[in-house]
Amino acid sequence: MPDAQAFDWTPVLLTLQLAAVSVVVLLIMGTPLAWWLARTRNRARVVVEALVAMPLVLPPTVLGFYLLFLLGPHGPVGGLWESWGGPRLVFSFPGLVIGSVLYSLPFVVQPIQNAFMAMGERPLEVAATLGANAWDRFFSIAFPMARRGVLTAATLGFAHTVGEFGVVLMIGGNIPGSTRVVSIAIYDSVEALNYPQAHILSAGMFVFSFAVFLLVYAINRRADTVSR
Amino acid sequence: MSTIRGQFKTAPGGFSLDLAFTIPNGGVTGVFGHSGSGKTTLLRCVAGLTRARDAELVIGDEIWQDEKRDIFMPVHSRGVGYVFQEASLFPHLSVRDNILYGFNRLSPRQRTITVDQAIAWTGLAPLLDRMPAGLSGGERQRVALARALLRSPKLLLMDEPLAALDEPGRAELMPYLDRLHRDLAVPMIYVSHSLRELARLADTLLLLREGRLVACGPLQEILPRVYTDSGITHEEVFSVLDATVVSHDGAYHLSELQTAFGTVWASKISAQPGESVRLQIAGRDVSIGLARDTQSSIVNQFPVRVAGIADRPPGSVVLELRPATGDDQNLLLSVITRRSRDHLSLETGAHAYARVKGVSILR
Repeated sequence: MPDAQAFDWTPVLLTLQLAAVSVVVLLIMGTPLAWWLARTRNRARVVVEALVAMPLVLPPTVLGFYLLFLLGPHGPVGGLWESWGGPRLVFSFPGLVIGSVLYSLPFVVQPIQNAFMAMGERPLEVAATLGANAWDRFFSIAFPMARRGVLTAATLGFAHTVGEFGVVLMIGGNIPGSTRVVSIAIYDSVEALNYPQAHILSAGMFVFSFAVFLLVYAINRRADTVSR
Repeated sequence: MSTIRGQFKTAPGGFSLDLAFTIPNGGVTGVFGHSGSGKTTLLRCVAGLTRARDAELVIGDEIWQDEKRDIFMPVHSRGVGYVFQEASLFPHLSVRDNILYGFNRLSPRQRTITVDQAIAWTGLAPLLDRMPAGLSGGERQRVALARALLRSPKLLLMDEPLAALDEPGRAELMPYLDRLHRDLAVPMIYVSHSLRELARLADTLLLLREGRLVACGPLQEILPRVYTDSGITHEEVFSVLDATVVSHDGAYHLSELQTAFGTVWASKISAQPGESVRLQIAGRDVSIGLARDTQSSIVNQFPVRVAGIADRPPGSVVLELRPATGDDQNLLLSVITRRSRDHLSLETGAHAYARVKGVSILR
């Protein structure tokens, strides 16, 4: 029977939707964080930097496990949230977004932070002498000058969210149309011996990942040639 | 007369600046010192880019900083134009958008210079649509200059704007700086480690050594102290004289110039009679005699009084010469050997004749 199933697009659409929402949240949160990390002399910086980098090495299941504990209906965050009338976070789309954002944070913060650090203090000092206040300096100078870093960050953040498995499995489970993303669907298809479906999804992911890195390296190469 | 009064003491640890000064709120003040003497730090303190721990800064009747009363006007409110050593153009903006950056942030009534004026002054018209990455060093610095001018600054700060340029770049930019000095009413503080540059541009000179003020005052008066009591050694000894063009002698291709020391004949210059020029006279081109020499090819001879003698190791001395008439504003420097000094028994207060072999026109 499995062979007869028509190709199911739902996981693909859900994955794209999750990645898109996550990237937007990541950029809104990650840019100020990267700005702070790039410029602060506060000693807490190294601690925050280490925390941000954690998902690079931590097994996704660890992150997923703690999120499940924190966000669950009896967890410290999830309990409070639901007592305020918030919808359930675990095994739901919002829960997936929270997990993805944390999991992909270093991929977004680090390129933006590097871009802010690379531009140095000088352009901002010049802008200040020309009458720009701090907000003005950020939006007219810092952000546009870091735009390649932001683009790289968005691309990597999107791709990394698409490729995650462990966190999603832990916090989202496998609910079709709600939390069953491509990576889960592949696992599921293999379990169900639906190899054609697994093949198509896997090949799609393969091509997608390759395209993403091609794009990232092309962006960085252009940045190099322009700055020289 | 309106003044700029400043006092800065930066925190101990690392480089420290500790000085107080008063300079005219007009004309060009040159800041001279070797690298590491605190020139750039001083400029950054004036701009507000560095906040000194114990500081006061009053520009005319505006208080920009007074730490005792916890007043610190932020950089973006100060109305300074700052030209950095490297042009530091915004790489993501065209030349036009670069020079308009400060201008667009001013209300129309704050604007004292028009875009067309600034473009004409800096000769940027053909470059407006270019991006900074494609410009030469001289062109970039002209853009930085126009950008600073269009800020309509109350005070223009220049941090060695020529230092990062090669010789053609310097030659390209210098006429623009001359013009700025001549035509612009904005007071300027110009930092440099080139005394020649400052002799050409500055009216007031401020000498710095290791973060401390050595001397500050009118250029002609302070310049000799670079060689005498400042402890700043400098390769080339020269003095600066302001002169007025009296007449030209076309037949001999000479110009007659009036200085505080007397008439100077120089190779014919283009300035018109009545105009003022600034002369540079190298110390080694000034020799000393006890009497007027009538049998010499040297025509520029002046009676002088020896106002000071400073050793210039290993074998020379620098003589500070004042006009015999008793004028104390102007000074001529002469470098002679110690042997000659002893031979002529020159002492402070002695009267003699200065023979000037050559003069060059600074501006």
